[in-house]
Amino acid sequence: MFRDSPAHWLAFFRPGDWLVLLAALLWVGVSFPLLWQGGKGERAIIRQQGKVFMELALDKDRELRVPGPLGETQIVIANGQARVAADPGPRQYCVRQGWLSQAGEIAICAPNQVSLAIVGNQEAPYDSLNY
Amino acid sequence: MTPSITELKVDTDDVRVARLAAAAVGLSLMDAAIPMPLPGIKPGLANIVTLLVLARYGWRTAAWVSGLRVVASALLLGQFLAPGFFLSLAGALTSLAALGIARWLPPRWFGPISWSLIASFAHIAGQLLLARLWLIPHDSLFRLAPIFMLAALVFGVLNGLVACRLLREVLGEKPESRAG
Repeated sequence: MFRDSPAHWLAFFRPGDWLVLLAALLWVGVSFPLLWQGGKGERAIIRQQGKVFMELALDKDRELRVPGPLGETQIVIANGQARVAADPGPRQYCVRQGWLSQAGEIAICAPNQVSLAIVGNQEAPYDSLNY
Repeated sequence: MTPSITELKVDTDDVRVARLAAAAVGLSLMDAAIPMPLPGIKPGLANIVTLLVLARYGWRTAAWVSGLRVVASALLLGQFLAPGFFLSLAGALTSLAALGIARWLPPRWFGPISWSLIASFAHIAGQLLLARLWLIPHDSLFRLAPIFMLAALVFGVLNGLVACRLLREVLGEKPESRAG
């Protein structure tokens, strides 16, 4: 009563089933590069008033203070990650973003005109992501 | 013997739901016993039963069987009210919702394989969403999504094929004759 030829199994596919399968394959295929791009961050680029203030490798731990119109923004690099530890801005968005380690991640302290961006070996096709 | 005060009236539908749910629970236990390379990836064999029930008895019965299966298998595996239970529940609810829509697809063109794929993707979406909101509130969780979706694709097709075969061979249905 059971026949096992591949053709027998393929016969279960209705035309729309192939479409759904194709859509699922495409979706999965697209999801890999989409969700895995960027990769590990290599360097932190700190900008002040739009100009590169300093470019630092993530593998060396250090702290630095970046002067801005409101005061000093404090940036910490440790364990291959970087974050804005303190900022004089009123809303603290860049501080609350926490540790950044993936290429493409960025913390922007707009009031103090300081930004901290992580870049990898390859240039990311976007300059920021928001969810 | 003291006569029972509460009498539960059991009709044939109840018996059918119970039998099907028992079959689904059995498959859930098999699922748990099959070793998998990544935690969180499972074949989801019990969903074969959900697909069969959806094809034969409609969405309401499928929802009952699926819901009972989630609770009963969690109790048997000692997972009841543990995070795994809620993930399983979230997956079951989203895939049932998706099946509620998918079953209206024209049966001439879309069969259990489509249902199975749609349900498995909805399942993983629901689970990831709950995990993101509750268990691991960080977007890096979504880096796992491609792997989970690949598993959903593979097992979605396989479970759909098994459901098709059971519908045809065991329950004596031709592929085209399923009533909507």
